[in-house]
Amino acid sequence: MALIAFYLMAAVTLVSALMVIMARNPVHSVLWLILAFFSSAGLFVLIGAEFLAMLLVVVYVGAVAVLFLFVVMMLDVDFVELKDGTLRYWPFAMLVGIVFAAEIFMASVLGVRSRPDAFDAAPGADTNAEAIGQVMYTDYLLLFQLAGIVLLIAMIGAIVLTLRHRVDVKRQNIAKQTSRRRADAYELKDPKPGQGI
Amino acid sequence: MELGLSHYLAVSAVLFTIGVVGIFVNRKNIIVILMAIELILLSVNLNLVAFSVFSGTIAGQIFAMLVLTVAAAEAAVGLAVLVVYFRNRGDISVENVDLMKG
Repeated sequence: MALIAFYLMAAVTLVSALMVIMARNPVHSVLWLILAFFSSAGLFVLIGAEFLAMLLVVVYVGAVAVLFLFVVMMLDVDFVELKDGTLRYWPFAMLVGIVFAAEIFMASVLGVRSRPDAFDAAPGADTNAEAIGQVMYTDYLLLFQLAGIVLLIAMIGAIVLTLRHRVDVKRQNIAKQTSRRRADAYELKDPKPGQGI
Repeated sequence: MELGLSHYLAVSAVLFTIGVVGIFVNRKNIIVILMAIELILLSVNLNLVAFSVFSGTIAGQIFAMLVLTVAAAEAAVGLAVLVVYFRNRGDISVENVDLMKG
């Protein structure tokens, strides 16, 4: 039963990964990417790594994919024109891909056979999340903090890169606004009857 | 046959290969290149989690989480660079990135 579920989700993951790189429209690519991440989260659940599966859904589907969608839709690019001439890259790309796949398969077939399978998704704890929580804030505290710093730097970097001060935009000047006196704002006129101002 | 480590390694290997091929195929479209990099990082995560679970140690999942963090940061900075590049050039073709040539 687990094997059937595995093959199903693995097939969905790989097919949608293929569609990510082959789709003509980048918006479709992003949607296929979401499907790929979602089904690989299913693969994680299948071997008991529930916490990372949920993290994958929250971080990728919830944040990264939406970020991609925003950028793809924000940029006004003729994507059909961009796709022109990709056909001539296919032979070279396939060559590189075959070499990579052969190397990885060789490494995993030769390296893994001797390893006994000690299946345990939550060593020393009841649930997967508990097992992660036991070590994350103790043994791996420094790595955890460093991950936070990486995110902070990425956030600052993204802001610094995309921030620009446009001169043609009217901005709110709070000091000017609050220092306005009644005398500057209006004046009293006393028009004579029948004359107007 | 039982669900084993080699199943996961095979899926991860194919996923990695698809990612690498994607980089070479979509040479012009930098957005799809970024997505292919995300696929590669996903295959790395798959490997780490599979090894972690099938060897009964939790450390691999912690590392997978760090890879996830780096992937998110990379996507954010990469897309920010992309937006700036588009603002300066008006297109996102990677083939003629020669602004630094002087």
